[in-house]
Amino acid sequence: MSSVRVALPAHLRSLAGIGSEVVVEVAGAPTIGSLLDALEAAHPALAGTIRAHAAGPRRAYMRYHACGEDLSFAPDDAPLPEAVARGEAPFTVIGAIAGG
Amino acid sequence: MSTVRVLVGTRKGAFVITSDGARRDWRVEGPHFAGWQVMHVNGSPAEPDRLWASQWTDWHGQVVQRSDDGGRTWEALGNAFGYATEPGTHRWYDGTPHPWEFKRVWHLEPSPDDPETVYAGVEDAALFRSTDGGGTWTELEGLRTHPSAGAWAPGAGGLCLHTILIDPGDPRRMFVAISAAGAFRSEDGGESWELATGGLRSNFLPDPEAPVGHCVHNMAMHPARPDTLFMQKHWDVCRSDDAGATWREVSGNLPSDFGFPIAVHAHEPDTVYVVPIHSDALHYPPDGALRVARSRTGGDEWELLGAGLPQSHCYVNILRDAMAVDAMDRCGVYFGTTGGQVYASADEGDSWAPIVEHLPAVLSVEVQTIP
Repeated sequence: MSSVRVALPAHLRSLAGIGSEVVVEVAGAPTIGSLLDALEAAHPALAGTIRAHAAGPRRAYMRYHACGEDLSFAPDDAPLPEAVARGEAPFTVIGAIAGG
Repeated sequence: MSTVRVLVGTRKGAFVITSDGARRDWRVEGPHFAGWQVMHVNGSPAEPDRLWASQWTDWHGQVVQRSDDGGRTWEALGNAFGYATEPGTHRWYDGTPHPWEFKRVWHLEPSPDDPETVYAGVEDAALFRSTDGGGTWTELEGLRTHPSAGAWAPGAGGLCLHTILIDPGDPRRMFVAISAAGAFRSEDGGESWELATGGLRSNFLPDPEAPVGHCVHNMAMHPARPDTLFMQKHWDVCRSDDAGATWREVSGNLPSDFGFPIAVHAHEPDTVYVVPIHSDALHYPPDGALRVARSRTGGDEWELLGAGLPQSHCYVNILRDAMAVDAMDRCGVYFGTTGGQVYASADEGDSWAPIVEHLPAVLSVEVQTIP
Protein backbone atom coordinates (compact mmCIF):
# COMPACT_ATOMS: atom_id res chain seq x y z
CA MET A 1 0.00 0.00 0.00
CA SER A 2 1.38 3.39 -0.97
CA SER A 3 0.34 6.74 0.47
CA VAL A 4 0.33 9.06 -2.52
CA ARG A 5 -0.03 12.81 -2.25
CA VAL A 6 -2.34 14.39 -4.83
CA ALA A 7 -2.63 18.11 -5.46
CA LEU A 8 -5.87 19.21 -7.08
CA PRO A 9 -7.01 22.45 -8.72
CA ALA A 10 -9.23 24.81 -6.76
CA HIS A 11 -12.53 23.81 -8.36
CA LEU A 12 -12.00 20.16 -7.48
CA ARG A 13 -10.84 20.91 -3.95
CA SER A 14 -14.08 22.79 -3.28
CA LEU A 15 -16.16 20.11 -5.00
CA ALA A 16 -14.64 17.33 -2.89
CA GLY A 17 -14.34 19.43 0.25
CA ILE A 18 -10.62 18.82 0.67
CA GLY A 19 -7.49 20.87 1.18
CA SER A 20 -4.73 21.70 -1.24
CA GLU A 21 -3.36 18.17 -1.02
CA VAL A 22 -5.02 14.88 -0.25
CA VAL A 23 -3.29 11.60 0.58
CA VAL A 24 -4.64 8.57 -1.24
CA GLU A 25 -3.90 4.98 -0.28
CA VAL A 26 -3.12 2.93 -3.38
CA ALA A 27 -2.74 -0.85 -3.34
CA GLY A 28 0.20 -2.44 -5.11
CA ALA A 29 2.70 -0.55 -7.23
CA PRO A 30 0.84 2.68 -7.96
CA THR A 31 0.14 3.71 -11.54
CA ILE A 32 -1.64 6.75 -12.91
CA GLY A 33 -4.77 4.67 -13.44
CA SER A 34 -4.76 2.99 -10.03
CA LEU A 35 -4.10 6.31 -8.33
CA LEU A 36 -7.11 7.91 -10.05
CA ASP A 37 -9.21 4.83 -9.24
CA ALA A 38 -8.33 5.20 -5.57
CA LEU A 39 -8.85 8.97 -5.63
CA GLU A 40 -12.35 8.59 -7.10
CA ALA A 41 -13.22 5.82 -4.67
CA ALA A 42 -12.20 8.01 -1.73
CA HIS A 43 -13.92 11.09 -3.15
CA PRO A 44 -16.84 10.02 -5.38
CA ALA A 45 -17.74 13.61 -6.27
CA LEU A 46 -14.56 13.69 -8.39
CA ALA A 47 -15.79 10.93 -10.71
CA GLY A 48 -16.00 12.24 -14.24
CA THR A 49 -14.29 15.53 -13.46
CA ILE A 50 -10.64 14.58 -14.18
CA ARG A 51 -11.20 11.76 -16.66
CA ALA A 52 -14.33 10.29 -18.20
CA HIS A 53 -16.43 7.91 -16.13
CA ALA A 54 -15.43 4.24 -15.90
CA ALA A 55 -11.69 4.98 -16.09
CA GLY A 56 -12.18 6.74 -19.39
CA PRO A 57 -9.76 9.14 -21.07
CA ARG A 58 -8.36 12.24 -19.39
CA ARG A 59 -10.55 15.30 -19.86
CA ALA A 60 -9.09 17.54 -22.53
CA TYR A 61 -8.30 20.47 -20.21
CA MET A 62 -6.68 18.37 -17.48
CA ARG A 63 -2.94 17.79 -17.13
CA TYR A 64 -0.90 15.49 -14.86
CA HIS A 65 2.43 16.73 -13.56
CA ALA A 66 4.93 15.13 -11.16
CA CYS A 67 8.61 15.58 -10.37
CA GLY A 68 8.99 18.19 -13.08
CA GLU A 69 7.57 15.90 -15.75
CA ASP A 70 4.38 16.16 -17.79
CA LEU A 71 2.71 12.76 -17.39
CA SER A 72 -0.47 13.77 -19.19
CA PHE A 73 0.20 11.53 -22.14
CA ALA A 74 1.60 8.57 -20.26
CA PRO A 75 -0.56 5.43 -20.38
CA ASP A 76 -2.85 4.64 -17.45
CA ASP A 77 -0.68 1.69 -16.45
CA ALA A 78 2.50 3.77 -16.33
CA PRO A 79 4.08 3.49 -12.85
CA LEU A 80 4.20 6.67 -10.86
CA PRO A 81 7.66 8.17 -10.30
CA GLU A 82 9.43 6.68 -7.28
CA ALA A 83 9.29 9.92 -5.31
CA VAL A 84 5.51 10.11 -5.84
CA ALA A 85 5.01 6.47 -4.91
CA ARG A 86 7.00 7.04 -1.69
CA GLY A 87 4.93 10.11 -0.82
CA GLU A 88 7.92 12.44 -1.14
CA ALA A 89 6.48 14.45 -4.04
CA PRO A 90 2.90 15.13 -5.07
CA PHE A 91 1.08 14.01 -8.16
CA THR A 92 -0.42 17.25 -9.45
CA VAL A 93 -3.66 17.45 -11.40
CA ILE A 94 -3.79 20.85 -12.99
CA GLY A 95 -6.10 22.66 -15.37
CA ALA A 96 -4.78 23.77 -18.74
CA ILE A 97 -4.41 27.52 -19.04
CA ALA A 98 -7.40 28.29 -21.18
CA GLY A 99 -8.82 31.52 -19.89
CA GLY A 100 -11.89 31.82 -17.75
CA MET B 1 -46.22 35.07 5.53
CA SER B 2 -45.06 33.66 2.24
CA THR B 3 -41.43 33.48 1.24
CA VAL B 4 -40.21 34.19 -2.25
CA ARG B 5 -36.97 32.45 -3.17
CA VAL B 6 -35.13 33.45 -6.33
CA LEU B 7 -32.67 30.86 -7.65
CA VAL B 8 -29.98 32.40 -9.80
CA GLY B 9 -27.40 30.56 -11.91
CA THR B 10 -24.45 32.63 -13.11
CA ARG B 11 -21.26 32.18 -15.04
CA LYS B 12 -19.32 31.92 -11.77
CA GLY B 13 -21.65 30.34 -9.24
CA ALA B 14 -25.19 30.12 -7.89
CA PHE B 15 -27.05 32.55 -5.65
CA VAL B 16 -30.17 32.09 -3.55
CA ILE B 17 -32.06 35.32 -2.90
CA THR B 18 -34.99 35.43 -0.52
CA SER B 19 -37.61 37.85 0.69
CA ASP B 20 -40.92 37.74 2.46
CA GLY B 21 -44.04 38.23 0.40
CA ALA B 22 -43.69 42.00 0.47
CA ARG B 23 -40.71 41.58 -1.83
CA ARG B 24 -38.97 44.74 -0.66
CA ASP B 25 -36.00 43.47 1.32
CA TRP B 26 -33.85 40.73 -0.18
CA ARG B 27 -31.16 38.55 1.36
CA VAL B 28 -28.50 37.28 -1.01
CA GLU B 29 -26.68 34.01 -0.26
CA GLY B 30 -23.82 32.76 -2.38
CA PRO B 31 -21.91 32.17 -4.44
CA HIS B 32 -22.45 28.46 -4.19
CA PHE B 33 -20.09 26.41 -6.39
CA ALA B 34 -17.92 29.52 -6.81
CA GLY B 35 -16.09 29.64 -10.09
CA TRP B 36 -18.26 27.06 -11.82
CA GLN B 37 -20.80 27.93 -14.49
CA VAL B 38 -24.18 27.23 -13.01
CA MET B 39 -26.45 26.62 -15.95
CA HIS B 40 -29.65 26.23 -13.95
CA VAL B 41 -31.03 25.99 -10.43
CA ASN B 42 -34.58 24.77 -9.92
CA GLY B 43 -36.80 23.73 -7.02
CA SER B 44 -39.10 20.76 -6.60
CA PRO B 45 -42.78 21.76 -6.64
CA ALA B 46 -43.50 18.68 -4.53
CA GLU B 47 -40.85 19.46 -1.91
CA PRO B 48 -39.81 23.12 -2.17
CA ASP B 49 -36.69 22.87 0.00
CA ARG B 50 -35.30 20.36 -2.47
CA LEU B 51 -33.25 22.27 -5.03
CA TRP B 52 -31.28 21.04 -8.00
CA ALA B 53 -28.31 22.73 -9.64
CA SER B 54 -26.37 22.05 -12.80
CA GLN B 55 -22.76 23.16 -12.51
CA TRP B 56 -20.25 22.84 -15.26
CA THR B 57 -16.87 23.93 -16.57
CA ASP B 58 -14.91 23.09 -19.67
CA TRP B 59 -12.19 21.73 -17.39
CA HIS B 60 -14.19 19.35 -15.23
CA GLY B 61 -17.40 18.75 -17.10
CA GLN B 62 -20.78 18.22 -15.51
CA VAL B 63 -21.72 18.08 -11.83
CA VAL B 64 -25.27 17.91 -10.48
CA GLN B 65 -25.92 19.15 -6.97
CA ARG B 66 -28.94 18.77 -4.72
CA SER B 67 -29.95 20.66 -1.61
CA ASP B 68 -32.60 19.43 0.79
CA ASP B 69 -32.59 22.53 2.97
CA GLY B 70 -33.46 25.30 0.56
CA GLY B 71 -29.93 25.93 -0.63
CA ARG B 72 -27.96 26.13 2.60
CA THR B 73 -26.09 22.87 2.04
CA TRP B 74 -25.53 20.86 -1.12
CA GLU B 75 -24.52 17.36 -2.11
CA ALA B 76 -22.91 16.33 -5.39
CA LEU B 77 -24.92 13.56 -7.07
CA GLY B 78 -24.58 11.31 -10.06
CA ASN B 79 -23.04 12.98 -13.08
CA ALA B 80 -22.80 10.10 -15.56
CA PHE B 81 -24.90 11.04 -18.57
CA GLY B 82 -24.44 8.26 -21.06
CA TYR B 83 -26.58 8.04 -24.16
CA ALA B 84 -28.72 4.93 -23.98
CA THR B 85 -27.92 3.72 -27.47
CA GLU B 86 -25.08 4.26 -29.90
CA PRO B 87 -25.16 8.01 -30.59
CA GLY B 88 -25.74 8.86 -34.19
CA THR B 89 -24.89 12.08 -35.90
CA HIS B 90 -26.51 15.48 -36.17
CA ARG B 91 -25.69 18.28 -38.53
CA TRP B 92 -22.63 20.34 -37.61
CA TYR B 93 -22.19 24.08 -38.19
CA ASP B 94 -20.57 23.42 -41.54
CA GLY B 95 -23.38 21.12 -42.61
CA THR B 96 -21.47 17.87 -42.20
CA PRO B 97 -22.60 14.98 -39.96
CA HIS B 98 -21.21 15.24 -36.42
CA PRO B 99 -21.33 12.60 -33.69
CA TRP B 100 -23.51 13.20 -30.66
CA GLU B 101 -21.34 14.16 -27.65
CA PHE B 102 -22.54 14.90 -24.14
CA LYS B 103 -21.33 18.29 -22.96
CA ARG B 104 -23.53 19.69 -20.16
CA VAL B 105 -26.96 19.99 -18.58
CA TRP B 106 -28.80 23.15 -19.59
CA HIS B 107 -32.06 22.68 -17.71
CA LEU B 108 -33.28 20.65 -14.74
CA GLU B 109 -37.05 20.20 -14.45
CA PRO B 110 -38.29 18.49 -11.29
CA SER B 111 -41.43 16.38 -11.48
CA PRO B 112 -44.48 18.32 -10.34
CA ASP B 113 -45.53 15.57 -7.94
CA ASP B 114 -42.57 13.26 -7.21
CA PRO B 115 -39.57 14.77 -5.39
CA GLU B 116 -37.35 11.85 -6.44
CA THR B 117 -37.90 12.43 -10.15
CA VAL B 118 -36.16 15.13 -12.12
CA TYR B 119 -35.55 15.61 -15.85
CA ALA B 120 -32.38 17.00 -17.40
CA GLY B 121 -32.17 18.65 -20.80
CA VAL B 122 -28.65 18.33 -22.12
CA GLU B 123 -26.23 19.29 -24.88
CA ASP B 124 -25.86 17.53 -27.33
CA ALA B 125 -29.62 17.45 -27.28
CA ALA B 126 -31.21 14.65 -25.30
CA LEU B 127 -33.53 14.20 -22.36
CA PHE B 128 -32.48 12.32 -19.23
CA ARG B 129 -34.49 11.34 -16.17
CA SER B 130 -33.52 10.40 -12.64
CA THR B 131 -36.03 8.62 -10.44
CA ASP B 132 -33.69 8.16 -7.48
CA GLY B 133 -33.18 11.73 -6.44
CA GLY B 134 -30.34 12.38 -8.86
CA GLY B 135 -28.18 9.35 -8.10
CA THR B 136 -28.43 7.91 -11.59
CA TRP B 137 -29.61 9.24 -14.93
CA THR B 138 -31.28 7.36 -17.76
CA GLU B 139 -31.77 8.75 -21.22
CA LEU B 140 -35.27 8.80 -22.70
CA GLU B 141 -33.79 7.96 -26.06
CA GLY B 142 -37.01 8.22 -28.03
CA LEU B 143 -36.28 11.90 -28.45
CA ARG B 144 -32.67 11.65 -29.66
CA THR B 145 -33.60 8.83 -32.00
CA HIS B 146 -36.51 10.75 -33.52
CA PRO B 147 -36.40 10.38 -37.32
CA SER B 148 -35.64 14.08 -37.69
CA ALA B 149 -32.55 14.02 -35.43
CA GLY B 150 -30.00 13.77 -38.21
CA ALA B 151 -31.12 17.21 -39.39
CA TRP B 152 -30.81 18.90 -36.00
CA ALA B 153 -28.06 21.52 -35.95
CA PRO B 154 -26.54 23.51 -33.09
CA GLY B 155 -27.34 27.14 -32.54
CA ALA B 156 -24.60 29.49 -31.40
CA GLY B 157 -24.85 28.06 -27.88
CA GLY B 158 -24.65 24.46 -28.99
CA LEU B 159 -27.19 21.74 -29.75
CA CYS B 160 -29.00 22.20 -26.48
CA LEU B 161 -32.26 20.95 -25.02
CA HIS B 162 -33.11 24.00 -22.94
CA THR B 163 -36.86 23.90 -22.30
CA ILE B 164 -38.84 21.18 -20.52
CA LEU B 165 -42.53 21.79 -19.81
CA ILE B 166 -44.61 19.25 -17.92
CA ASP B 167 -48.41 19.41 -17.85
CA PRO B 168 -49.15 19.41 -14.11
CA GLY B 169 -52.56 17.88 -14.76
CA ASP B 170 -51.05 14.98 -16.70
CA PRO B 171 -47.31 14.64 -16.04
CA ARG B 172 -47.02 12.12 -18.87
CA ARG B 173 -47.58 15.01 -21.28
CA MET B 174 -44.36 16.93 -21.85
CA PHE B 175 -42.95 19.47 -24.23
CA VAL B 176 -39.29 20.15 -24.95
CA ALA B 177 -37.48 22.61 -27.17
CA ILE B 178 -34.08 22.28 -28.81
CA SER B 179 -31.88 24.83 -30.54
CA ALA B 180 -31.84 24.48 -33.45
CA ALA B 181 -34.26 21.65 -34.07
CA GLY B 182 -37.67 22.80 -32.87
CA ALA B 183 -40.33 21.82 -30.36
CA PHE B 184 -41.49 18.30 -29.51
CA ARG B 185 -44.43 16.82 -27.62
CA SER B 186 -44.72 13.54 -25.73
CA GLU B 187 -47.93 12.01 -24.41
CA ASP B 188 -46.26 9.04 -22.72
CA GLY B 189 -43.86 10.50 -20.19
CA GLY B 190 -41.06 11.08 -22.64
CA GLU B 191 -40.84 7.63 -24.22
CA SER B 192 -41.94 8.79 -27.68
CA TRP B 193 -42.05 12.21 -29.29
CA GLU B 194 -43.61 14.02 -32.18
CA LEU B 195 -42.70 17.33 -33.73
CA ALA B 196 -44.69 20.32 -32.50
CA THR B 197 -43.61 22.86 -35.09
CA GLY B 198 -46.58 23.26 -37.44
CA GLY B 199 -46.83 26.79 -38.78
CA LEU B 200 -43.40 27.95 -37.61
CA ARG B 201 -41.44 29.96 -40.13
CA SER B 202 -37.70 30.66 -39.97
CA ASN B 203 -36.21 32.64 -42.81
CA PHE B 204 -32.69 31.30 -42.24
CA LEU B 205 -33.83 27.85 -43.38
CA PRO B 206 -33.72 26.85 -47.06
CA ASP B 207 -37.41 26.00 -46.69
CA PRO B 208 -38.62 28.52 -44.09
CA GLU B 209 -41.59 26.33 -43.22
CA ALA B 210 -39.64 23.10 -42.84
CA PRO B 211 -40.76 21.02 -39.86
CA VAL B 212 -37.23 20.80 -38.44
CA GLY B 213 -34.43 23.28 -37.91
CA HIS B 214 -36.21 26.09 -36.06
CA CYS B 215 -34.14 27.82 -33.41
CA VAL B 216 -36.60 27.87 -30.55
CA HIS B 217 -35.18 30.01 -27.76
CA ASN B 218 -37.70 29.32 -25.01
CA MET B 219 -41.28 28.20 -24.41
CA ALA B 220 -43.79 28.80 -21.62
CA MET B 221 -47.12 27.34 -20.57
CA HIS B 222 -49.70 28.32 -17.98
CA PRO B 223 -50.53 25.29 -15.84
CA ALA B 224 -54.26 25.96 -16.04
CA ARG B 225 -54.24 25.98 -19.83
CA PRO B 226 -51.72 23.37 -20.94
CA ASP B 227 -52.85 23.30 -24.56
CA THR B 228 -51.73 26.89 -24.98
CA LEU B 229 -48.00 27.36 -25.47
CA PHE B 230 -46.00 30.51 -26.02
CA MET B 231 -42.66 30.56 -27.81
CA GLN B 232 -39.85 33.01 -28.21
CA LYS B 233 -38.12 31.90 -31.37
CA HIS B 234 -34.82 33.20 -32.76
CA TRP B 235 -37.06 35.69 -34.50
CA ASP B 236 -40.84 35.75 -33.84
CA VAL B 237 -42.97 35.36 -30.77
CA CYS B 238 -45.49 32.60 -31.41
CA ARG B 239 -48.53 31.00 -29.83
CA SER B 240 -50.16 27.59 -30.15
CA ASP B 241 -53.60 26.69 -28.84
CA ASP B 242 -53.44 23.04 -29.83
CA ALA B 243 -50.45 21.82 -27.85
CA GLY B 244 -47.92 22.74 -30.49
CA ALA B 245 -49.62 21.18 -33.51
CA THR B 246 -49.96 24.60 -35.12
CA TRP B 247 -48.41 27.94 -34.25
CA ARG B 248 -49.16 31.49 -35.26
CA GLU B 249 -46.99 34.53 -34.88
CA VAL B 250 -48.13 37.00 -32.20
CA SER B 251 -45.23 39.45 -32.39
CA GLY B 252 -47.68 42.28 -33.13
CA ASN B 253 -46.29 45.68 -32.22
CA LEU B 254 -43.08 44.51 -30.51
CA PRO B 255 -40.14 46.80 -31.31
CA SER B 256 -38.18 43.62 -32.06
CA ASP B 257 -39.43 40.07 -32.00
CA PHE B 258 -35.94 38.72 -31.39
CA GLY B 259 -35.24 37.70 -27.82
CA PHE B 260 -34.58 34.78 -25.55
CA PRO B 261 -36.90 34.20 -22.55
CA ILE B 262 -40.67 34.11 -22.40
CA ALA B 263 -42.88 33.78 -19.30
CA VAL B 264 -46.57 33.62 -18.48
CA HIS B 265 -48.26 35.44 -15.60
CA ALA B 266 -48.99 33.14 -12.65
CA HIS B 267 -52.72 33.87 -12.56
CA GLU B 268 -53.58 35.21 -16.02
CA PRO B 269 -53.00 32.68 -18.80
CA ASP B 270 -53.17 35.39 -21.46
CA THR B 271 -50.62 37.70 -19.87
CA VAL B 272 -47.21 37.04 -21.37
CA TYR B 273 -43.77 38.61 -20.94
CA VAL B 274 -40.79 38.82 -23.30
CA VAL B 275 -37.69 41.02 -23.40
CA PRO B 276 -37.16 42.44 -26.89
CA ILE B 277 -33.56 42.34 -28.07
CA HIS B 278 -32.42 44.32 -31.09
CA SER B 279 -31.32 41.43 -33.28
CA ASP B 280 -29.27 38.28 -33.57
CA ALA B 281 -26.38 40.46 -34.67
CA LEU B 282 -26.69 42.82 -31.68
CA HIS B 283 -27.56 40.91 -28.55
CA TYR B 284 -28.72 43.97 -26.60
CA PRO B 285 -31.95 45.91 -26.20
CA PRO B 286 -33.21 48.28 -28.91
CA ASP B 287 -31.98 51.85 -28.42
CA GLY B 288 -29.91 50.80 -25.41
CA ALA B 289 -33.11 50.89 -23.31
CA LEU B 290 -34.02 47.82 -21.27
CA ARG B 291 -37.75 47.19 -21.46
CA VAL B 292 -39.91 44.19 -20.78
CA ALA B 293 -42.84 43.70 -23.14
CA ARG B 294 -46.14 42.55 -21.66
CA SER B 295 -49.19 41.37 -23.54
CA ARG B 296 -52.46 41.01 -21.69
CA THR B 297 -54.14 39.62 -24.79
CA GLY B 298 -52.09 36.47 -25.28
CA GLY B 299 -49.90 38.18 -27.85
CA ASP B 300 -50.29 40.60 -30.77
CA GLU B 301 -50.74 43.66 -28.55
CA TRP B 302 -47.73 44.53 -26.39
CA GLU B 303 -46.88 47.32 -23.98
CA LEU B 304 -43.31 48.22 -23.07
CA LEU B 305 -42.44 48.37 -19.38
CA GLY B 306 -39.31 50.28 -18.45
CA ALA B 307 -40.05 51.97 -15.13
CA GLY B 308 -37.05 51.38 -12.91
CA LEU B 309 -35.00 49.76 -15.68
CA PRO B 310 -32.07 51.52 -17.35
CA GLN B 311 -33.36 53.51 -20.30
CA SER B 312 -30.06 54.56 -21.80
CA HIS B 313 -26.65 53.04 -22.43
CA CYS B 314 -27.87 49.56 -21.56
CA TYR B 315 -26.26 46.81 -23.62
CA VAL B 316 -26.92 43.65 -21.65
CA ASN B 317 -28.70 40.53 -22.83
CA ILE B 318 -31.27 38.40 -21.04
CA LEU B 319 -30.66 34.71 -21.67
CA ARG B 320 -33.32 32.11 -22.38
CA ASP B 321 -33.73 30.64 -18.91
CA ALA B 322 -33.29 33.93 -17.06
CA MET B 323 -36.89 35.08 -16.52
CA ALA B 324 -39.53 33.69 -14.16
CA VAL B 325 -42.62 34.68 -12.19
CA ASP B 326 -43.74 34.19 -8.60
CA ALA B 327 -47.23 33.12 -7.54
CA MET B 328 -48.05 35.89 -5.09
CA ASP B 329 -51.51 37.44 -5.34
CA ARG B 330 -50.01 40.23 -7.38
CA CYS B 331 -47.71 38.32 -9.65
CA GLY B 332 -44.02 39.16 -9.42
CA VAL B 333 -41.75 39.00 -12.46
CA TYR B 334 -37.97 38.49 -12.33
CA PHE B 335 -35.15 38.46 -14.82
CA GLY B 336 -31.36 38.42 -14.79
CA THR B 337 -28.96 40.05 -17.21
CA THR B 338 -25.57 39.27 -18.65
CA GLY B 339 -24.45 42.38 -16.76
CA GLY B 340 -25.11 40.66 -13.45
CA GLN B 341 -28.28 42.42 -12.35
CA VAL B 342 -31.41 40.63 -11.24
CA TYR B 343 -34.46 42.84 -11.59
CA ALA B 344 -37.79 42.21 -9.90
CA SER B 345 -41.25 43.62 -10.26
CA ALA B 346 -43.80 43.05 -7.50
CA ASP B 347 -46.58 44.61 -9.58
CA GLU B 348 -46.80 42.44 -12.69
CA GLY B 349 -44.13 44.41 -14.51
CA ASP B 350 -45.44 47.93 -13.95
CA SER B 351 -42.28 48.92 -12.06
CA TRP B 352 -38.90 47.34 -11.51
CA ALA B 353 -35.95 47.47 -9.15
CA PRO B 354 -32.73 45.46 -8.91
CA ILE B 355 -32.67 42.94 -6.09
CA VAL B 356 -28.96 42.36 -6.63
CA GLU B 357 -26.36 43.92 -8.91
CA HIS B 358 -22.84 43.10 -10.02
CA LEU B 359 -23.19 39.34 -10.06
CA PRO B 360 -21.40 37.38 -12.76
CA ALA B 361 -23.40 37.11 -15.98
CA VAL B 362 -26.78 35.59 -15.15
CA LEU B 363 -27.54 32.34 -16.96
CA SER B 364 -30.82 31.37 -15.30
CA VAL B 365 -33.50 32.58 -12.91
CA GLU B 366 -36.21 30.52 -11.26
CA VAL B 367 -38.61 31.61 -8.54
CA GLN B 368 -40.28 29.63 -5.76
CA THR B 369 -43.28 30.92 -3.82
CA ILE B 370 -43.35 29.14 -0.49
CA PRO B 371 -46.47 29.50 1.67
